[in-house]
Amino acid sequence: MTMTDDPATHMGSHRLRREDPALLTGEAQFIDDMSLHGEIWVGIVRSTEAHATILGVDGRAALEIDGVTEVLSGADLAPLWGEGALPCAWPVTDDMRDPAHLPVATSVAKYVGDAVAVVLADSRYAAADGAAAVSVDYDPLPAVVDIEAAVAEGAPLVHEDLGTNESYTWPLIPDPKAVDAAFAGAAHVVSERYVQQRLIPAPMEPRGVIAAPGVANGELTLYSATQIPHILKVMTAVTLDIPEHKIRVVAPSVGGGFGCKLNVYAEEILCCALAMDRGVPVRWTEGRSEAATATIQGRGQVQHIELAADADGKVQAVRVKLLADMGAYLQLVTPGVPLLGAFLYHGCYDVAHYSFECTSVFTNKTPTDAYRGAGRPEATYAVERAMDSLAVAVGVTPEEIRSRNFIAADAFPYESCAELTFDSGDYQAVLDKAVAMADLESVRAEQAQRRADGSNRQIGVGLSSYVEMCGLAPSRVLASLNYGAGGWEAATVRVLPTAKVQVITGSTPHGQGHETSWSMIVADKLGIDPDDVDVLHSDTAISPTGLDTYGSRSLSVGGTAVFMATDKVLDKARLIAAHQLEANEDDLEYFDGAFQVKGTPTAAVPFAAIAFAAFTAHDLPDGMEPNLEAHVTYDPPNFTFPNGTHIAVVEVDTETGNVDIVDYVAVDDCGNQVNPMIVEGQVHGGVLQGAAQALYEDAVYNEDGQIVTVNLGDYLVPSAAEAPVYRVASHVTPSPTNPMGVKGIGEAGTIAATPAVINAVVDALRPTGVTDVTMPASPQTVWRAINEAQGGAS
Amino acid sequence: MESVKFAVNGTERSLEVEPRTLLVHALRDELRLTGTNIGCDSSSCGACTVLVDGQSAKSCTMFAVQADGADITTIEGVADADGKMHPMQQAFHEHHALQCGYCTPGMVMAAISLVEEYPELDDHSVRHGLEGNLCRCTGYQNIVNAVLAVAGSGSATPIRPYQSGQGE
Ligand code: FES
Ligand code: FES
Repeated sequence: MTMTDDPATHMGSHRLRREDPALLTGEAQFIDDMSLHGEIWVGIVRSTEAHATILGVDGRAALEIDGVTEVLSGADLAPLWGEGALPCAWPVTDDMRDPAHLPVATSVAKYVGDAVAVVLADSRYAAADGAAAVSVDYDPLPAVVDIEAAVAEGAPLVHEDLGTNESYTWPLIPDPKAVDAAFAGAAHVVSERYVQQRLIPAPMEPRGVIAAPGVANGELTLYSATQIPHILKVMTAVTLDIPEHKIRVVAPSVGGGFGCKLNVYAEEILCCALAMDRGVPVRWTEGRSEAATATIQGRGQVQHIELAADADGKVQAVRVKLLADMGAYLQLVTPGVPLLGAFLYHGCYDVAHYSFECTSVFTNKTPTDAYRGAGRPEATYAVERAMDSLAVAVGVTPEEIRSRNFIAADAFPYESCAELTFDSGDYQAVLDKAVAMADLESVRAEQAQRRADGSNRQIGVGLSSYVEMCGLAPSRVLASLNYGAGGWEAATVRVLPTAKVQVITGSTPHGQGHETSWSMIVADKLGIDPDDVDVLHSDTAISPTGLDTYGSRSLSVGGTAVFMATDKVLDKARLIAAHQLEANEDDLEYFDGAFQVKGTPTAAVPFAAIAFAAFTAHDLPDGMEPNLEAHVTYDPPNFTFPNGTHIAVVEVDTETGNVDIVDYVAVDDCGNQVNPMIVEGQVHGGVLQGAAQALYEDAVYNEDGQIVTVNLGDYLVPSAAEAPVYRVASHVTPSPTNPMGVKGIGEAGTIAATPAVINAVVDALRPTGVTDVTMPASPQTVWRAINEAQGGAS
Repeated sequence: MESVKFAVNGTERSLEVEPRTLLVHALRDELRLTGTNIGCDSSSCGACTVLVDGQSAKSCTMFAVQADGADITTIEGVADADGKMHPMQQAFHEHHALQCGYCTPGMVMAAISLVEEYPELDDHSVRHGLEGNLCRCTGYQNIVNAVLAVAGSGSATPIRPYQSGQGE
């Protein structure tokens, strides 16, 4: 990668993170570490019923508690937000049903965890005690919990006034006749039904909010553990009708998000409204058990996928029907999540014909929304599981069926049947590398041996080849999908008089190491030390313009903006240097932190001299503005398409149903890498989250709509003891979409791992007659699948 | 209210707390030592791990009054007097064993105690030794490598309870 004339020395290196020391020593400030003078605490009374009329809220017992100052019902609070409901920014169809969603319910509670009353108190403990002491009188209504039941005739309605539980139906069927013809003429048809269980995102830091009013001037500062301070500012202004320029949003250190902090939550709006009304700082910290229902959940789909293939297993058409669980309300991008996968159900395969249709339904459960991968893990799971079924039908190995169908390396840019243009890739090379690393030949020999021996410890191999769309997104494409915002990102590069540099980014890191990576990009271009580059973010007073961090967009969109702003700085610096050297700017080259006249290295102006000259403005070219600073807003021309092949090898105990991942190989193509250490870290964490969906995690509701997996004792976020060892490699095909050739890596592991692990479990169990295992593949589930396949009782 | 006295990072502290005040809240809210984090309400995550008399303990599972007379070490107290990070902190840095950093203080404290208690660690025993500390970001491999690096290097500077003069 040629960055400048200067030899790039930091990009591509394992540079250690500058973020670490503050986090390692406890100096970093997370939201709950903050404290403001005069603050009051909010405790939230949450519905214990999945669906019920609220007959009354009795706060008398709570008010007896020392420190509790007020108890407010939804009706008491309603004047604070008037008609202002929590925003959904993605009305995917014009006729989408979007029920009004108040921060605190007034008359009907629609899910367990729905806020029904609020306690104000002078301490954390009093707020919790007060909330526990409020008694709410409910008249239970029938609840609908299961998504297939929700669309059945006569199902109870989540929102009576809508007359249906369906929110919208969204089709993508470019040529219906061609799809039908492909299925009619197919030698092999694979038809599968998969269930994507609901997941609890569970970043280790729960959410938290502090809203601080500036009474004299009608100002508001909102501190929130959020991924999206910029979007939150706009939405808070709109929802509460506060002039946007009076609002400042700050995300302090944020302890992970994984999509669940990409939202505008009831507690944010509630604390802001109360702070403005009462004129004091108002705060709330989420408890972990509270988070199980108060924070959005992920996944929640029933998928029907069909592949039509010719006799050789070459797929001609893919047909998909989805039922997607919205939960009780539409949060910020709830309805758009299935659409983020809608274009990818043909996976990384060259398929001619495509049919996708999603129906999204309301249920009496916590709303769903973006969770690491958002739509793409679901799509990848369906197609990668189905490809393994096709391999069995055709009688070839999983790698062979993939090879026969891959989009060829020379086909890029590739126009897909779902009307996307894939940027670059060499899917076969990636798969070959993964197969070699996993030494599949030996693994399969061992597998054959154990099968022959009738061992109760069977080996399974699971492949998953994925492609995802990242770098959200060209604003015009988002417009065509009815998304309520653009997809650009902003950056400012400001050179200080002493040649130190400030980068202001609209990306909002919460663990991804942007400060380190952005400083490497700028340092390489300017030929300076990354330690001389500061990176500022996550505070709308400092970084007023941005669209934040989600969807693996930071590097490919936000990083590109930083890259381009640095170019602009260099362009201006070049003019100043040419002026000082009395040379033509075209005769200058920038090398090792100085401009010099080509071929005359003695005549050189160091960057520091230019920085100072720009500041003093004593001798700048005629008409040039003082100072050296550039701002860029970058709107990408296309998505980026990271891809890869992951291979899981599992050992299944056929007597207990226990699954161990004994080897895990990940080969990813995320384009060029700025910091491979950070890339690997993202793959590790992503893979474990994906594997956790396959084996451990499940937001379990009973038939009454009560959540069973409330805390981390019940909801099984894996520990180090369960985590496999990851063997990670990469294959680089630079993306032609942006100047650094980068694609994105934040979600890749999560997307790839789930089907790889389940394919491996199913592969291990094929001799027992098992062809599918539902997620999570817990010992009980696996044991039951084996027993059922062998004709035993379940 | 109850009076409680303990040494935190070598400094004698006295507090008036409700009997039910958790040690983690006393540290965070009363003493403003906010490096110790809270990640759950079921003693499951280990984000709150500190050393109590040299042993790792989840500070959300203890009442502050139960720590009366104890020597407590939090993440703020493990660097040396010049502010040089403890070898375990340094190893976490060098092995990219943290991303968002929320689990990190608890994880580092648990790891320090693990290495002290079991000098002979391997991959398996580190993983099981840290089973009570959850991390959602890293997938653990780099954490395990960081701990093994310290265990193998002999650089596990022992954290001994600070001498508070109490209970002697
Ligand atoms: S906060 Fe103590 S174990 Fe989770
Ligand atoms: S680094 Fe984020 S939870 Fe461990």
